[in-house]
Amino acid sequence: MATKRLKGWRELPCGAIINDMGAVRENKTGAWRSMRPVWNQEKCRQCLLCWIYCPDSAIMLADGKVAGINYEYCKGCGICAQICPAKVIEMEKERK
Amino acid sequence: MIVAKTGNEAIAYAMKQINPDVVAAYPITPSTEIVQIFSNYVSDGEVDSEFVAVESEHSAMTACIGAAACGCRVMTATASQGLALMHEMLFIAAGLRLPIVMAVASRSLSSPLNIHGDHSDSIASRDSGWMQFFCETVQEGYDTLIQAVKIAGKAYLPAIVAIDGFILSHCQERIETLNDQEVRDFIGKLQPNYNLLDWRNPILVGPATLQDYYFEFKRSEIEGMNRALPVIQEVQEEFGKRFGRSYPVLEEYRCEDAVAVLLVMGSACGTCRVAVDRLREQGKKVGMVKLRVFRPLVHTLLKKSLAKFKAVGVLDRVDAVNSYGGPLFTEVGSVLYDLAERPRLFSYVYGLGGREFAPEDAMAVYEQVLAGKKDELVTYIGVR
Repeated sequence: MATKRLKGWRELPCGAIINDMGAVRENKTGAWRSMRPVWNQEKCRQCLLCWIYCPDSAIMLADGKVAGINYEYCKGCGICAQICPAKVIEMEKERK
Repeated sequence: MIVAKTGNEAIAYAMKQINPDVVAAYPITPSTEIVQIFSNYVSDGEVDSEFVAVESEHSAMTACIGAAACGCRVMTATASQGLALMHEMLFIAAGLRLPIVMAVASRSLSSPLNIHGDHSDSIASRDSGWMQFFCETVQEGYDTLIQAVKIAGKAYLPAIVAIDGFILSHCQERIETLNDQEVRDFIGKLQPNYNLLDWRNPILVGPATLQDYYFEFKRSEIEGMNRALPVIQEVQEEFGKRFGRSYPVLEEYRCEDAVAVLLVMGSACGTCRVAVDRLREQGKKVGMVKLRVFRPLVHTLLKKSLAKFKAVGVLDRVDAVNSYGGPLFTEVGSVLYDLAERPRLFSYVYGLGGREFAPEDAMAVYEQVLAGKKDELVTYIGVR
């Protein structure tokens, strides 16, 4: 990560709000996942329920279809695996 | 209008006139009636407020925070264990700079159980980042609540308005109320700092900030409190001009040539006025300094006022358990420390759990402070 000048307290918005959207692009938040969802592309029916339910918008789409899971943000909560009617997402132990 | 109202009735009536957008509250003695009476106003359609009946004080403050983050004018009321249960959320309200106004009918903390008045609850919330006003009378409670709504909205800080439990909350007083229009004109429309529901300007409220930014956000919050005093003074002044009742942040009562004074907060100020009057009749040079605002700590005003006297007795209606004197005493000691010439300072703890504090008790304290002699660090007034 490039060194960034950190703002001083006088430059911060009142009330600790974040008003420049997009901070999440700079902060990858998937590092503390202990379970990893593994998606089986061949068996997927493309119902998009996982995309709807994912609380972290970590289901990636391409041309309106599920294209994979963004592990830079996925926290491994398992909601996608639970909600999937075809059971094509399996939770595996994260090995690092 | 001149009416007879208890402190709780007056606070509830002020809330009705303020007509906040949201009130989320959970009743607790001695503040129960505030919530009870206000919910009647809601049921009778006399206010537009959304009343959220919650399952605990923690939830009450949580709901208040959510509503305030959406730009609403928000109020609540509590006391004692209720305020203690809110403790976690108090810091969040302050850190998010939400102008929530909360009436507290001051009450002791368990254990042992006691429902009566002392300042243990508010003072235990001292470091949460809330402004704290302590009122002497029901009239002052009514007026202060209205002022606090405006002050909080301008300073973007939450505020506690404390009336002494039972002594003020349950005793009827002759008070002068404003009419609804006067109140609404005075407080004006809240200009929120931000609005979570404004989807055109999306923001994130309550982010995680780690070693890199937490300290800066805290520093900014501290500055908010540092700058609150001029806002308080400006609003008080405007209130005084419009309605003829004014309450200085720090009031000196018969202090002109006083040698010994007591520094007091809350309803005991009235008791001390009586004691001062009686002692003045005997030719004794005593006075009283009333501190109305505990947070922000008005150190410059305290220093300027107290430096004039030979001896100052500091009255705390709470004990900080093995601190070097009562909570207000230790603050005042720090404030005066760097003066070349400073008064002698004496710590008194009084009235815990609603223990009676009569003019005679105050007079005895005055005699001791006048004599400038006290053996123990803290004197617990009236303890057997």
